[in-house]
Amino acid sequence: MTVWIETELCNGCKRCIKACPYGAVELKDGKAHILENCTSCGACVEACKQKAIQTDVEPRAIPDFSDRKGVWVFAEQRNGTLNRVSHELLGKAQALAADLGQEVSAVLLGYQVSGLARTLFDYGADNVYLAQHRALKDYRTIAYAKVFEGLVTEFKPNILLMGATHTGRDLGPRVSRRVGVGLTADCTELTIDPEEGILLQTRPAFGGNVMATIANRYSRPQMATVRPGVMEALKKKGNKGTVIKYKVSLTEKEIGTKVLEQFKEKKKGVSLSSAKVIVAGGRGVGTEEGMKSLFSLAKAFGGEVAGTRIIVEEGWLPVERQVGQTGQTVRPEIYIACGISGAIQHRAGMMGSRYIIAINKDAGAPIFQVADWGIVGDLNQVVPELTKAISESKRK
Amino acid sequence: MNIIVLVKQVPDTTEVKLDPKTGNLIREGIESIINPDDRHALEAAINLKEVAGGKVTALSMGPPQAIDAISEAIGMGADRGILLSDRAFAGADTWATSFTLGKAIEKIEKYDLIFCGRQAIDGDTAQIGPQVADYLHMSQVSYVYEIEKVNRKSIFVKRRLEDGFEKVRATMPALLTVIEELNIPRYSHVGRLIDACKEKTPIEVWNAADIGVQTSEVGLEGSLTHVIKTFAPKFQREGEMLEGDTKESVRTLVGKLKENRLV
Repeated sequence: MTVWIETELCNGCKRCIKACPYGAVELKDGKAHILENCTSCGACVEACKQKAIQTDVEPRAIPDFSDRKGVWVFAEQRNGTLNRVSHELLGKAQALAADLGQEVSAVLLGYQVSGLARTLFDYGADNVYLAQHRALKDYRTIAYAKVFEGLVTEFKPNILLMGATHTGRDLGPRVSRRVGVGLTADCTELTIDPEEGILLQTRPAFGGNVMATIANRYSRPQMATVRPGVMEALKKKGNKGTVIKYKVSLTEKEIGTKVLEQFKEKKKGVSLSSAKVIVAGGRGVGTEEGMKSLFSLAKAFGGEVAGTRIIVEEGWLPVERQVGQTGQTVRPEIYIACGISGAIQHRAGMMGSRYIIAINKDAGAPIFQVADWGIVGDLNQVVPELTKAISESKRK
Repeated sequence: MNIIVLVKQVPDTTEVKLDPKTGNLIREGIESIINPDDRHALEAAINLKEVAGGKVTALSMGPPQAIDAISEAIGMGADRGILLSDRAFAGADTWATSFTLGKAIEKIEKYDLIFCGRQAIDGDTAQIGPQVADYLHMSQVSYVYEIEKVNRKSIFVKRRLEDGFEKVRATMPALLTVIEELNIPRYSHVGRLIDACKEKTPIEVWNAADIGVQTSEVGLEGSLTHVIKTFAPKFQREGEMLEGDTKESVRTLVGKLKENRLV
């Protein structure tokens, strides 16, 4: 099983180098050359206009999935409260379902949770598959996976989305293995390929330095977990839907785990995900003292303060205020980046903001490339000045 | 208490960059390390072995050079090292990887627990643990940050939630995925590192035939998801630099905010 280059035919156009997802083709003396890390995936074969790339790999047959219909969303709830990401997923599911001409369904598991179906309809579900059982009260991997297995086998969905939360990332892979399908983790973008009608799943890899688009051609449902805070919830006023009750039988023995106690840690009033305005600090803030002026600015706007990883590592802000690849993803109306250079890891967490304002001493800082408005200057002067101006305009 | 630890060798991702011309990963000169979360899994397993007795096996899948990660695991205190390496394994997604690891684990004699890191820093999928657990029909607990106690039948752990934690009892055999908070991993012991290179603690290298899999079931061929393209993230906006001194630029900014009804 190999891929090779017919050197006489190669004109050194580099199309194959661009097409290779593994970085396994390079140019040597003006001709393409296949490296050892080639996986024989064949992406270069299709890209070559000279037909200079040959392969002995037989094209894999794509099974017929025409009976697979519907975009499903896992409606994640704990103690009767829906996770926000479920609303966001339903928003995205509406768009995907419209492109496909299919329906949106939510899968709701738990005990005495039927009242949540109403909310799921409000956010765009056409159907709610409802499974209620005492054993489903707390989220437990095997119990939930078994119910999903039953539902997927019986109702044959085309797409299944879960939030990339602790629960979704525990359950998603378990369900995918069990029902025999691929799974793409932590997606930030989902679209339907207009030609093939498949789900294109885009996600960051290598700490946000690379984006990869992944397809799931060979199995259904096409499964993905989606990063919270990235998709937009879309209310669908007056939407009516159908509840489909699904009977389950579960035993404690087969479930294998038991939740003995649950503790909720007190949130210290931080809710970056719902903040309309976020004032964020980076290395350029310089001192813990400097952070205080950010709090004043946030107060003037009625917003929250956040920071980059460095600020959190310095101990100037608690970890729940960290924005970026390893922190939270936020999408406020206004994001004010103060003294933030704009490393890719940070940008990954705030690019969904509606407006971005950057304040930085260094005119060459990459943050300015992603800002709507930029001010080059000393934040110790700009931030207080802005605080004053905003407070005044609010008083008027 | 026999424990298998799943270990992955990864590039140190803070250094990974894309070639702006080709859009490909620049891999040259990048150091390979044991995935950080996996080091916590190793520490937990070795720690448990020291208390309860038994044996720790470090298992990895990767190219031949991933043997360095296994040596390091032995240096930390693992008793046995196995590397799954075969050209046929290359390009595997998590479906094919969990199958390959699952097949290998079936070949390893009796075990009580499998520990893995929550996720690897090169892929960030967090999928291998749960998928291996499902393949082997084991109970699983992810995001573990404390192991309270273990007996022959069950393990009691604390698991992180976004807004708190829960105490969970899992029936053995169980698979745990662990997070950084769990412990501080020890360094490799030089003497043990030398043993890892000698006959004392030989590292076994298994290929597709050794674990009884067809090449069509593993690697890229056995995968269900495929990377269609990779690209550098695009973040550009039509930015506008506000000119003037502090007062002036702030005034312009407030004007812009008002124009857009943001204040």
